[in-house]
Amino acid sequence: MPSLQHGSHPDTGAALSLRGIVKRFGELPVLNGLALDIAPGSFVAVIGRSGCGKSTLLRLIAGLEQPDQGEIRIDDKRHKRRNDDVRVMFQDARLLPWRRVIDNVRLGLPAGTAPLADEVLRQVGLAQRARDWPRVLSGGQKQRVALARALVHEPRLLLLDEPLGALDALTRIEMHRLIERLWLEHGFTAVLVTHDVAEAVALADRVVLLEDGVPAMDLEIDLPRPRRRDAAFARLEQHILGRLLGAGDPTALPAPAAALPRLRRSA
Amino acid sequence: MSAARVVGRHGRRLGRSGLPWLLPAVLLLGWQLAVSLQWLSTSILPSPLEVGQAAWELTRSGELWQHILISSQRAALGFVIGAGIGFTLGLLNGLSHRAETLLDTSVQMIRNVPHLALIPLVIIWFGIGDAGKVFLVVLGVFFPVYVNTLHGIKSVDPGLIEMGRSYGLGQIRLFLDVIFPGALPSIFVGVRYALGFMWLTLIVSETIATTTGIGYMAMNAREFMRLDVVVLGILIYAVLGKLADTVARLLERQALAWHPGYHPR
Repeated sequence: MPSLQHGSHPDTGAALSLRGIVKRFGELPVLNGLALDIAPGSFVAVIGRSGCGKSTLLRLIAGLEQPDQGEIRIDDKRHKRRNDDVRVMFQDARLLPWRRVIDNVRLGLPAGTAPLADEVLRQVGLAQRARDWPRVLSGGQKQRVALARALVHEPRLLLLDEPLGALDALTRIEMHRLIERLWLEHGFTAVLVTHDVAEAVALADRVVLLEDGVPAMDLEIDLPRPRRRDAAFARLEQHILGRLLGAGDPTALPAPAAALPRLRRSA
Repeated sequence: MSAARVVGRHGRRLGRSGLPWLLPAVLLLGWQLAVSLQWLSTSILPSPLEVGQAAWELTRSGELWQHILISSQRAALGFVIGAGIGFTLGLLNGLSHRAETLLDTSVQMIRNVPHLALIPLVIIWFGIGDAGKVFLVVLGVFFPVYVNTLHGIKSVDPGLIEMGRSYGLGQIRLFLDVIFPGALPSIFVGVRYALGFMWLTLIVSETIATTTGIGYMAMNAREFMRLDVVVLGILIYAVLGKLADTVARLLERQALAWHPGYHPR
């Protein structure tokens, strides 16, 4: 049986390099000349307010959309549309409701690799739900199936587009542990987009804050793994949150300047 | 414990077996009673027993089976051809924007002609043989299948299609794994509508210019004032219609077991 236990091999994860990325929707540039390098096997969280372009960035890396300008390179190869080394976990689980759990995990697998699906489903702790329909699963279980479906392809780059946004706090923490564990085992490069600072600190080696379509802060997270929510964790979270709120927060503007744009916006 | 809950529990047990048949049975009983007590003249409506007798006679002579067989054949042939064309065109227009631009307007224009209005034309074209009846059934069945197939394909969750593409599914696998199963609930709606149209079309076309089939049997009996046979013909249509719908429903339950609206209680 093929094994999924790579250990933390640096050669499993893909290197990602973005240069001069511009993406416009209409006249408005969402990403404005963004450049970013991501080391193989690292876990990078991209955070920012809604509308800062973080989801667009992820969709560009995934090849779901094309940049207007600039270049995305994966392992120094120009990345266009589809790439079997890249897998996405979406905001909603996007399981096929007409396929049982195990058949969802097997989606797109070549014939003869079925045992792999069983193994990955076991790794996310859902082996006993293999024959269930997706509709009977909870939100967290659905995302675990989606995670298994992504990992079964042994991606070298896993993109996570706020996959835990709809889950309750406790389930999120469980999912953080699961994702961290599987990332350590499999050794892929991970890019997580989230608006939850605690989630970014819990998972990432590096947090990139996106503002007006460019990175405004780039911070190493040097906490031991598995991550624990201790004082150092809280200090980092507070630091990033402060930076996030400090910039572009209308309540932080001086009162006279803030009054006018607000009135305009409501008009 | 409220009365509603008691009724509810009984209702559930009955619901699987008898409850849907309660009302028809009561109606039948009332009908028989009305005729027996001479509230209704037999020259207006024969009693169920008389209709039963007529059915028995016609069955023994083999005539009834022949008429049912011929009508069913016309219905089935027309359905297969019409639904086949509707499904194929629905697929084509649902999957290809260019095909839809080219064809949909024309199809919608034809759709707005009531197909039964073509009967005079069909008689001239096909005479009184089977072909004309089958042709009308084809027309009647085509549109509901076409419209619902097209709608089903258009309403497949684009998120799932995007996911399928990004997970490396080619065009064929994408269709088989994502698009077709997603469109299937809507296609089944079209099929069940089409079955209704199938019988309706057949009833009308068999009462005009033919010498076989249930419709002919009923029309012929009218000439001899055999009201029992006329009513029998109507009842047979009802039974055949119900039968076709039941088969479609069973298929639907099988194919849509994943769907929250269809899973067994």
